[in-house]
Amino acid sequence: MNTLNSKIPDGSIENKWTRYKSTVRLVNPSNKRRIEVLVIGSGLAGASAAASLAELGYNVKCFCFQDSPRRAHSIAAQGGINAAKNYSNDGDSVYRLFYDTVKGGDFRSREANVYRLAEVSANIIDQCVAQGVPFAREYGGLLDNRSFGGVQVSRTFYARGQTGQQLLLGAYSALSRQIAKGQVKMYNRHEMQELVIVDGKASGIITRNLVTGELERFSGHSVVLATGGYGNVFYLSTNAMGSNTTAIWKAYRKGAFFANPCYTQIHPTCIPVSGDYQSKLTLMSESLRNDGRVWVPKAQHDKRKPREIPDQERDYYLERKYPAYGNLVPRDVASRAAKQVCDEGRGVGPSGLAVYLDFRDAIQRLGRHVISERYGNLFEMYEKITGEDPYQTPMRIYPAVHYTMGGLWVDYNLMTTIPGLYALGECNFSDHGANRLGASALMQGLADGYFIIPYTIGAYLADDIRVQVTPTDHPAFQEAENSVRGRIDKLMNVKGSQPVEELHKKLGKILWEYCGMARNEQGLNKALAEIKLLKEEFWKEVKIPGGTNEFNPELDKAGRVADFIELGELMVLDALHRKESCGCHFREESQTAEGEAKRDDNTFSYVAAWEFKGDGSEPALNKEALEFEVVHLAQRSYK
Amino acid sequence: MIHALKMFYTTVGRKMIMALTGLFLVTFLIEHLYGNLLLYKLDGGVAFNEYSEFLVSSLFIRVVEIALFAGFLIHIIDGIYLTLYNRRARKIRYEVEHVSGLGTWFSRNMGLTGAVIFFFLVVHLKSFFVPYRIFHTDTSLAYEVASAFRSNWYAALYVVSMVILGSHLNHGFQSAFHSLGFNNIKYMKPMKTLGTLFALIMMIGFASFPIMFYFDIFGVGTDILGH
Amino acid sequence: MSETINLKLKVWRQKNTSAKGRFEIYDMPGVSTHMSFLEMMDVLNDKLIRGGQEPVAFDHDCREGICGMCSMFINGRAHGPLRGTTACQLHMRHFQDGETITIEPWRANAFPVIRDLVVDRSAFDKIIQAGGFVSVNTGNAPDANSIPVEKHKAEESFDAAACIGCGACVASCKNSSAMLFLSAKVSQLALLPQGDPERKVRVLKMVQAHDEAGFGSCTNIGACEAKCPKNISIAHIARLNKEYLRASLARD
Ligand SMILES: Cc1cc2nc3c(=O)[nH]c(=O)nc-3n(C[C@H](O)[C@H](O)[C@H](O)COP(=O)(O)OP(=O)(O)OC[C@H]3O[C@@H](n4cnc5c(N)ncnc54)[C@H](O)[C@@H]3O)c2cc1C
Ligand code: HEM
Ligand code: SF4
Ligand code: FES
Repeated sequence: MNTLNSKIPDGSIENKWTRYKSTVRLVNPSNKRRIEVLVIGSGLAGASAAASLAELGYNVKCFCFQDSPRRAHSIAAQGGINAAKNYSNDGDSVYRLFYDTVKGGDFRSREANVYRLAEVSANIIDQCVAQGVPFAREYGGLLDNRSFGGVQVSRTFYARGQTGQQLLLGAYSALSRQIAKGQVKMYNRHEMQELVIVDGKASGIITRNLVTGELERFSGHSVVLATGGYGNVFYLSTNAMGSNTTAIWKAYRKGAFFANPCYTQIHPTCIPVSGDYQSKLTLMSESLRNDGRVWVPKAQHDKRKPREIPDQERDYYLERKYPAYGNLVPRDVASRAAKQVCDEGRGVGPSGLAVYLDFRDAIQRLGRHVISERYGNLFEMYEKITGEDPYQTPMRIYPAVHYTMGGLWVDYNLMTTIPGLYALGECNFSDHGANRLGASALMQGLADGYFIIPYTIGAYLADDIRVQVTPTDHPAFQEAENSVRGRIDKLMNVKGSQPVEELHKKLGKILWEYCGMARNEQGLNKALAEIKLLKEEFWKEVKIPGGTNEFNPELDKAGRVADFIELGELMVLDALHRKESCGCHFREESQTAEGEAKRDDNTFSYVAAWEFKGDGSEPALNKEALEFEVVHLAQRSYK
Repeated sequence: MIHALKMFYTTVGRKMIMALTGLFLVTFLIEHLYGNLLLYKLDGGVAFNEYSEFLVSSLFIRVVEIALFAGFLIHIIDGIYLTLYNRRARKIRYEVEHVSGLGTWFSRNMGLTGAVIFFFLVVHLKSFFVPYRIFHTDTSLAYEVASAFRSNWYAALYVVSMVILGSHLNHGFQSAFHSLGFNNIKYMKPMKTLGTLFALIMMIGFASFPIMFYFDIFGVGTDILGH
Repeated sequence: MSETINLKLKVWRQKNTSAKGRFEIYDMPGVSTHMSFLEMMDVLNDKLIRGGQEPVAFDHDCREGICGMCSMFINGRAHGPLRGTTACQLHMRHFQDGETITIEPWRANAFPVIRDLVVDRSAFDKIIQAGGFVSVNTGNAPDANSIPVEKHKAEESFDAAACIGCGACVASCKNSSAMLFLSAKVSQLALLPQGDPERKVRVLKMVQAHDEAGFGSCTNIGACEAKCPKNISIAHIARLNKEYLRASLARD
């Protein structure tokens, strides 16, 4: 049932992208001036795409829901960005980065895309340095690298613990330059609420001005979604509070396929939950695992202070179980191992849902100043939140929802199944398979925005040169706007008794319980039933104060949560149908004797792309078979 | 030239005017203090008077004097302008504002201390400069100064004003260098110390005159006044 | 320390930019000291919504001190009493039982209130648009290691680049000056060879944009530095001044 054409160019894997670039159809510069592109999102993917397209001469309109493009969630990424530069001379190469990424993704990603990602990775670093991104440097003045989970080379570039911030500010500065030139028009505090389709092509969007509540219509030759991940479907996650699925969900409902929705990454090193009022979880960068050692007491329910537990009574379980990679095993493996020891009753802290990440040995070996130079701001962040000093006592960490590998299905051009609609960055499914390696989301977002979309969008737009943009009084715009207005009115008129947050928390609990770190058929079925009930409850009980035509954050949230509930259902459905374990998707029914994820390549070596079939009907499953021509399929082993 | 002058139209440029004129006034202060110290020579005020006469008769000093007045004028006008401009940048004020620890009192009250200095200047000019320099009274300036400081209110005003001048300089001296770009992370602390040191020297230096003469310490007053 | 405290909140409420605002007082009993300040605000809003009132609008997103969105003047200080801390990173363990906490929006003409505690900081974007970038098109960059950068300069450049654009510097400044924000960007790029070719135009244009937005003039007080959540030093303002002087005196 392979209905999907991924449009992978011919040729050997090393030549595909080069050949593609030299043969792709181009739009001539004078025609670019007549073309309007709408970019939704100003994170790494959106800002880099908007800036690069504008530099080429396209007229770009860019949208974000925050008060400035600089605040997109990408700003929070801490650890670093990968690139196959081999500056460390430790044998890194494009192939190795490609291989590590495919393996890290547990062989559930598309080879050609990943190879291209590895190929352009080096250019990203060049570009960012030229923009004035202050990456960490050695005394000789050259760039410094560190290593990240799941790999054995040092290829991660970083700017202290604020790499995402620095990269985003770089992209933001490029975007600002184009805004000043008038080539990009920026719409802050605007949220995309609907996609407009004319003659089967993506032709515009409806947005809500979050300050005035006004609905506005925007028309373009093409619509580029770069709206980030949907981890907030779990309520508690490391994502920013506003991160949402609304834009891609609307696209899904309009015909874009949604791929692998159940692949969600649970990050092993986050600060544990401290109470019901908790609104979000804070990540402690994975880079900490370079120098920190993870352990729990050997004994159950050991209530001694960590420093009072002698070495022989500690279980450095990652080093014990995975001697080759030790504390640097990939995220999914580290998270499950933590869950396992906590399930055994060896978890630490008041809730018993935490493990130690200890820097004692690193401080002894390297000195406090080295550790502080490497992780100073992370240590401070930890101390601010918990009131404990990690130089003195080990950090307590626990896994938390962090990243969504799933997203809109895209072909090699990053186009969704709706012609003219593209998806970049975390909101597409393309490169990370069933598990993303550390420091590769930043790489992917920037690769998509700076180096891929500027080429691939031309292939589509080359046909559109003569066509005017659809006028915004076209019936399709009218209809889309009416449906948005209708839904807002419906939400406002529920006038129930529960605030949005409460309903969101309920959704999060269901998903974390049954569709989180470990999943099984029974639980997933239960989740499906509970989400159905929750959906009814939402539309009967939600209480939204304030009015429609004003600044109303509760209304914004309500719209997002309504979409999250629908998405939650699809995630569970996807998790239920994938009866294998792979990467982050751990089905308890499918594990090895040692409790590791066990894939079923014969049955499930495909991308599950779901197609919306209307409210109340089951979505249809489309499959894109994954063919591995270069990489050998193997059971992952990090021992 | 016109182009270069445009730089003074901006908030940064305006502040550089403050710094340039401020530093110019600082050089005047140093010179003034040197002159005043001649009062301590215990020579009956001869050196001081000779020095004052030189100032009145020198053509060069005439020119400098104009510059000095211009300097004061520009410093004051620009100071008033900036103070008002900055106040107007926040029409609605805070209900609660805790400023302790957020910069020094000295730095927050430059307008106020400047105004006090201005008031002092008027009095100061009226009692010494105007009679001596404009009306060319024949009396010994040293005598005038020494007798003025015998007055309770005048000595007190003088001392208080010098404390205020010290406050102005405590922030102003280092701030001027900062405004002109002569500062960096490494020099920040030493510059502040230097500024305070300079302010203290000026304050103690100038304030010493009313105190010494009022209490007639070391007989400085008797030496000039004869009683 | 006791695990919960009772508080009174005195919060600025304002329906929209043109409306007249006023303070409202709310009782907040039983606040857990482990909560963050914004979580405490969530609890307040939950109560207000359930009670049929409108919740307090405030900006926030990352809740980990990096996006720069949160912006509250808490008890007379931008981002509250601690140094180097955003409102979202402030925890209730730093408050006393029985305390009244006054919460106001950033106050500056250049930052008009949109609603309650939410202000419009687009003036910051305008400053960056005026020149806070290196003009390098995608694909034009030389190899990243072709130009070495002295480590200490790269570090100092980073210190400046750490600015999150929150506006606490403006909010804390007696003069409502945005000089710390502006200087952070100018200084970051002035310290790097990549920023060198445009350094003259950059500083002139950015200063102009700063003034057009209606920010005041810096008088080197240092309140900005003391309340900057990223501890950005006013030494960067000195560098900005130097850049400005150099650029103004240059012949072209
Ligand atoms: C705490 C944390 C640390 C991380 N650390 C790393 C790391 O070290 N290395 C790494 O590689 N990756 C890391 N990641 C992952 C990485 O940061 C993200 O995957 C990546 O930044 C996503 O970028 P993006 O451009 O796709 O989306 P985002 O940055 O999320 O941007 C989304 C944009 O879309 C806009 N938007 C969303 N919905 C709408 C709508 N409906 N209408 C209008 N606009 C909308 C938003 O305003 C925003 O501008 C980390 C993630 C987290 C949470
Ligand atoms: C002997 C007289 C004076 C001296 C030596 C002096 C010196 C200085 C100096 C060095 C500065 C610092 C400039 C800077 O920060 O860049 C300054 C600032 C200032 N002065 Fe004066 N000043 C004098 C008199 C006055 C008077 C009479 C007034 C006012 C009416 C005044 C008002 C101000 C103001 C408002 C500032 C600005 C604050 C600032 O930018 O930090 N000053 N002065
Ligand atoms: S300089 Fe500091 S206070 Fe000002 S905007 Fe930047 S981070 Fe905020
Ligand atoms: S919410 Fe992002 S800095 Fe406070």
